[in-house]
Amino acid sequence: MADKRVIVVGGGLAGLAATIRIAEAGVPVDLFSMTPVKRSHSVCAQGGINACNEVARQQGYSEYQHFDETLYGGDFLADQNPVLEMANWAPRIIDLLDRMGVPFNRTNEGRRDLRLFGGSLFKRTHFAGATTGQQLLYALDEQTRRFETEGKVNKFEWWEFLWPVIEGEGSDKRCVGIVAQDMRTMQVRAFRADAVVMATGGVGIVFGQSTNSVICTGGAASRCMQAGAWYGNAEMIQVHPTAIPGADKCRLMSESARGEGGRVWVPRKPGDTRDPMTIPVEERWYFLEERYPKYGNLVPRDIATREIFDVCVNEHMGIGGGNMVYLDLTHMDPDYLTRKLGGILDIYEKFAGADPRFTPMKIFPAVHYSMGGMWTTYEAGDYMPDAPMPEHVPGTPPPVDAEVGRGMVRGAPNNMMTNIEGLYAFGEVNFAYHGATRLGANALLSCIFDGLFCGEGVVNFVNNTGRSAADVAPSVYEAVVKQEEAKAERLIASAGPGGGDDPAYNAYIIGKEMGEVMTATSTVVKTEAGLESCLNTLAALRERYGKVRLSDTATWTNQTLSYARAVGDMLILAEAIARAGLLRKESRGSHYRTDYKDRDDTNFWKTSISRFNPDTGSVDVSFEPVRAGLVAPRPRTYGKDTHKETEKKETVAAG
Amino acid sequence: MSAIATETTKAAESTRTVHFRIKRCDGPGKPSRWEVFDVPVPAHANVISCLQWIAANPTTADGKATTPVVWESSCLEEVCGACTMVINGKVRQSCSCLMDEYAPNDGDTITLEPMSKFPVIRDLWVDRSRMFDALKRVRAWVPIDGTYSLGPGPMEGPKESETRYKLSECMTCGCCLEACPQYHLETDEAAWATSFIGAAPISQARLFNEHETGAVLKADRLEALMGPGGINDCGNAQNCVQVCPKEIPLTESIATIGRAATFEAFRRFFQSR
Ligand SMILES: Cc1cc2nc3c(=O)[nH]c(=O)nc-3n(C[C@H](O)[C@H](O)[C@H](O)COP(=O)(O)OP(=O)(O)OC[C@H]3O[C@@H](n4cnc5c(N)ncnc54)[C@H](O)[C@@H]3O)c2cc1C
Ligand code: SF4
Ligand code: SF4
Ligand code: FES
Repeated sequence: MADKRVIVVGGGLAGLAATIRIAEAGVPVDLFSMTPVKRSHSVCAQGGINACNEVARQQGYSEYQHFDETLYGGDFLADQNPVLEMANWAPRIIDLLDRMGVPFNRTNEGRRDLRLFGGSLFKRTHFAGATTGQQLLYALDEQTRRFETEGKVNKFEWWEFLWPVIEGEGSDKRCVGIVAQDMRTMQVRAFRADAVVMATGGVGIVFGQSTNSVICTGGAASRCMQAGAWYGNAEMIQVHPTAIPGADKCRLMSESARGEGGRVWVPRKPGDTRDPMTIPVEERWYFLEERYPKYGNLVPRDIATREIFDVCVNEHMGIGGGNMVYLDLTHMDPDYLTRKLGGILDIYEKFAGADPRFTPMKIFPAVHYSMGGMWTTYEAGDYMPDAPMPEHVPGTPPPVDAEVGRGMVRGAPNNMMTNIEGLYAFGEVNFAYHGATRLGANALLSCIFDGLFCGEGVVNFVNNTGRSAADVAPSVYEAVVKQEEAKAERLIASAGPGGGDDPAYNAYIIGKEMGEVMTATSTVVKTEAGLESCLNTLAALRERYGKVRLSDTATWTNQTLSYARAVGDMLILAEAIARAGLLRKESRGSHYRTDYKDRDDTNFWKTSISRFNPDTGSVDVSFEPVRAGLVAPRPRTYGKDTHKETEKKETVAAG
Repeated sequence: MSAIATETTKAAESTRTVHFRIKRCDGPGKPSRWEVFDVPVPAHANVISCLQWIAANPTTADGKATTPVVWESSCLEEVCGACTMVINGKVRQSCSCLMDEYAPNDGDTITLEPMSKFPVIRDLWVDRSRMFDALKRVRAWVPIDGTYSLGPGPMEGPKESETRYKLSECMTCGCCLEACPQYHLETDEAAWATSFIGAAPISQARLFNEHETGAVLKADRLEALMGPGGINDCGNAQNCVQVCPKEIPLTESIATIGRAATFEAFRRFFQSR
């Protein structure tokens, strides 16, 4: 037993939470990351983390309400039991982070302060300034370092995961380690483990510009898919309504700006070029507040995004006729803003050159988050009502308490395990919890919940499985090392001075064109024709990728090799996103088809599952029923006021 | 969404040429050389978007094919610390370095070098492992009892939490060390324990000393900072605080830890009698 080990790939919130939990239970962890873990993408998260709390509870909120909101927000596409367990654990997770020393904002009495976030009418978002993700990641990074000094965690930073090592065939397949590459020496090596946790985050770079960090390529998830892991709801990509467009990246303007009172508007006069501060209130169109009197600026992201898109692209009402709208905080006290939102206001000032305390910000939607991800399963808990429940009314007693094990069985070895035994997926890289739209400030929660709650299952799995990776034949590992060395050698051999000269075979150009076509056809509004042409373009890009030529032959820290390899994997993931989008002939949450505008529960209350087909080299998509039974699906309207507007308006994911 | 693409293409129409002088090095122990790239720079560009252009078009200004420049980056919004380098002689993050400010005119030159206080891995990418090692030395964590559900942490007033938040924004970027006259490049790991540790880890020691539970390890932290390479090596030049991108009150932290260390030394002196 003593020689059992676990590999965690990824050192964001999900990976570090898993590492801490597993190491604490006495199983040594080898932790892999492409960056020093403290620089992982989670550091970007700004707004906060949701959990039921005493104040909200006394106003009628509950863990159950949080659960109900999350399902409704996700347009009922999420498997339901894990969401209940996550919502029930949220307050415990906040307490734990508090004990780790996270400097949450405090009230005068020294309690944790709260703010409003999208998709809820209750204040249930905890925050640390406007850099909550950074503060949470640092807290977990510090605890990981503590275990590292005790010899329980071994870090492999600047190592890139290349491929899972899988033994056996069919249902007897199990994951027994990984092959990874040192990004400095370029050494390719196999590592044994009794279980592997993938916690490699999102896929933003597939779309070129996004709010994600440069390492969020989805390459690792694609490699697992190519090795036989299933990928769920690939088409569910969240486009955040408020970002600052940029040449290298779209920087996020957090939802907390609206949570603290920010208002979205455009001038009522099309093409108005006046300084926004001189435009009187009656000449401003606060279109979200007008269209959604109940939630106003705090409708969920897919809805706000489509409305902004509609106002700019269909109605040509964007600022100065272009594709931007105002996000306005100038009616608020500048000192208050600095205290609550300093970090993000600085980002705007730094990158857009204007102070949002005194000038309305100019923003536009950008790709932000992937609800889809590696398919995972779980052991359902003991709560199952006789019939699915209707909408929960705040203030009424919840149908179930928040005890451990209501949603998922604590410590069950298959919690968040993929279809391959011993291979787990935690955090943004899995498809669980968020359905067809993620509510703001629920991602940090799901990442940490996966690590802490499901990490226990990993420990039980390695301790109870009768098999040991130490007994696996070395040839199993050597075969994967050979495969990856051959791939790298082929790419390096293509290189030479001027290798990047022909744009047709330049990995960066191929990557850029992929991003453009994916953004144009597979984000805010989708159509059959658009997605079909997208798939054709992707096929053509894959042809060109087959002859890709690198411009760097170096056998030391060759970043071009790493990027070019990821482009090949991203093209396959892009295919899954587009193909699942094409086959889902309905509109649900973030997935909006102008040719199928309504939600279709009869045919598509289903998870899309993408499988890589090694014979054809392409992705096959099938649909499986959502695991539900706790809450009955209901129309997701967020109280849209359709009467105020006389013009025909495309209904927003109603149905 | 294609709207964004149109926006960028429009901007791309009016570009200016900026000469990038970049100090390059193929790997540890290899000699350095300078290469110049002429980069077409659109409005609102930053140093990273220009480096990305060079990666896709690795040809020098005099038409020679070369390799893409290597650098480290992650968040691109000045919150992860990865992309720190020396730009026009000053250490800072390259992702938040706006070209409109640094090279506003056609024909301007901008100079990029790796940080000098850390070993170069390749080109602009340096190895800051020593900074993470320093965090171990000062025990920069709260020693919690474990991850089981044990209720909330200690209560804390808004002022106290604001102070800790400020300190906790340190992204281990190394600007303060690059600028510090007392901090030196140490390629030999054995020297890390005795060479000046620098402002950032000292400030982190303060961060955890100021947390109710974290304070349990206060004596250990001070011990680590009282020996050679510790607080006494600081010459009080205050360069550190001037270059910290997060405006962390580093000299205040150094003074706080200095006072605590003196107090601790007395305490030990009297205890040992
Ligand atoms: C700008 C922004 C703001 C956000 N704000 C919020 C918010 O306020 N609230 C909220 O709840 N959510 C927010 N989110 C979402 C949330 O931040 C992410 O979903 C979450 O941080 C993902 O964490 P993770 O642990 O799954 O992955 P990440 O933090 O992305 O970490 C991935 C890890 O995997 C490693 N990795 C990746 N590929 C490989 C490979 N091939 N080999 C080895 N290692 C690899 C990386 O090095 C990294 O360590 C925000 C997201 C963005 C982009
Ligand atoms: S004050 Fe101390 S730490 Fe800061 S630059 Fe000067 S010598 Fe270095
Ligand atoms: S103290 Fe400031 S300059 Fe020093 S490492 Fe931290 S953030 Fe960087
Ligand atoms: S890339 Fe993170 S600070 Fe610049």
